[in-house]
Amino acid sequence: MSLFDYSIKELEQKLHNKEITVTDLVNTSYQRIEEVDDQVQAFLTLDKEKAISTAKELDGSTVAENEHPLFGIPSGIKDNIVTKALRTTCGSQFLRNFDDPLYNATVVEKLNDAKAVTIGKLNMDEFAMGSSNENSSFTPTRNPWNTEYVPGGSSGGSAAAVAAGEVLFSLGSDTGGSIRQPAAFCGVVGLKPTYGRVSRFGLVAFASSLDQIGPITRNVEDNARVLEVISGHDKMDSTSANVDVPAYTEALTGDVKGLKIAVPKEYLAEGVSPDVKKSVMDALKVYESLGAEWEEVSLPHSKYAVATYYLLASSEASANLARFDGVRYGVRSENAENMLDMFKMSRSEGFGEEVKRRIMLGTYALSSGYYDAFYKKAQKVRTLIKNDFDKIFEEYDVIIGPTTPTPAFKIGEKVEDPLTMYANDILTIPVNLAGVPAISVPCGLSENGLPFGLQIIGKYFDERTVYRTAHAFEQATDHHAKRPQLGGAN
Amino acid sequence: MADISKDQVKHVANLARLAITDEEAEKFTNQLSSIIKYAEQLNELDTDGVEPTTHVLDLKNVLRKDEPKEWITQEDALKNAPDKKGDYFRVPSILE
Repeated sequence: MSLFDYSIKELEQKLHNKEITVTDLVNTSYQRIEEVDDQVQAFLTLDKEKAISTAKELDGSTVAENEHPLFGIPSGIKDNIVTKALRTTCGSQFLRNFDDPLYNATVVEKLNDAKAVTIGKLNMDEFAMGSSNENSSFTPTRNPWNTEYVPGGSSGGSAAAVAAGEVLFSLGSDTGGSIRQPAAFCGVVGLKPTYGRVSRFGLVAFASSLDQIGPITRNVEDNARVLEVISGHDKMDSTSANVDVPAYTEALTGDVKGLKIAVPKEYLAEGVSPDVKKSVMDALKVYESLGAEWEEVSLPHSKYAVATYYLLASSEASANLARFDGVRYGVRSENAENMLDMFKMSRSEGFGEEVKRRIMLGTYALSSGYYDAFYKKAQKVRTLIKNDFDKIFEEYDVIIGPTTPTPAFKIGEKVEDPLTMYANDILTIPVNLAGVPAISVPCGLSENGLPFGLQIIGKYFDERTVYRTAHAFEQATDHHAKRPQLGGAN
Repeated sequence: MADISKDQVKHVANLARLAITDEEAEKFTNQLSSIIKYAEQLNELDTDGVEPTTHVLDLKNVLRKDEPKEWITQEDALKNAPDKKGDYFRVPSILE
């Protein structure tokens, strides 16, 4: 069998009918990893012994149908989400020996309660800072569609593992596009929930006012199912929202008749490649044929989003990463003779270049004399960007555009120039600044066979409409059914 | 806003508790200058009277009772430490 062949719902049925066992599923996952992961490099740590024993346990248990929505499903966790007693590195040398974390992130507890099986931990740009996975301090993950190309980032391992058929779903985190952009590049479905929808407890903080955990899957229904499991208020995260969690899967009606779609002209402007633009226009035609209406609108402050984001995210990061001091966990420099040097040298030896650059930028933006000019100014522009979205959502149900300006680029192509790399996130960043939910779904392939992503943005806490809109498109097209040619077994 | 100087970069590195070489300071000076120059486009916008957004949800004062509870043991807290002695984290001398 192949994990490519089934949705979570179909596997649930097969497990229930005893056509397959959880052990079969878990073995299939590890076999696929063995077959392709030396090419893809999606995994940093495997949890094989535990996964196999969990599978045996599940196979021996009797459960009522629907009691555990992810029963026996092989999954991967981005390596900035803390897993008890399972190495958690954040893609950083600083945490290369952080082998024994003390607790599970809330999302991991929720996956365990739903009886998902954790296969391993997934590669990422160091501390989630990057858009290509080239900032992983271990090894860059490669795009399963063409291993000379980047998978995107920072959740590159999470997207690649799903695209390569190694796991059924994964969790990623999205601060400026880190779920949606790799999902687009790897031809899979990735959702960033509304800020506050999912607990961040146990997510190693990058930029606390922007970070959200979300699912990456091969289809919209699986995605909705995983989000149902991980959503909800958590007393361990005071920024998680105390709002009801609707049944997202029940929103997948296929009906988008009368849906009002806004298409920001800024999202199809200069810098967006013609083939990406065409894939979005084709998608809009599909929506028209399904009875939805679309109109061009303006999000006038979009062009300021990248600058705003880099000031705010780096400022928050500079504070959050102060915890890495070489005292309680992580590496410590062998070369320091006093405490202050120990801090400095441990951090300098443990952090990669992009992480240092952002800590420097953030420290500068927060420093005396520059705080108002940079940090506070960016917070005010954030308000303007948020207001742009609020205004559009007074009249429209969703906003649609591309997820990224281009399909995946080659490994090494943009690594030297931080600003060019940052510009790659221009269409995903505004969503994090506003805090609204957004999904990326596959919407075609480029001439050289690399996937495009369609981004659907919704109102606060209206993931239901986002999923309904994405699902209707998916059902009307066959983009999501395409698979990368990798390892022969497709 | 002026360009960031190499001395400023070294000062910021010290504030951020990063040890950087002269060569790195040179590189960061160039890169941070171009990022900061790019960020200066925000000054095109008149933000007088605009409230800053620190947080998108309108959450205020999320409080809980300050009650002790079981969390982690001292042994657990120490087990990932690079260096420890008895019940303590051990660090190099603080005073010269």
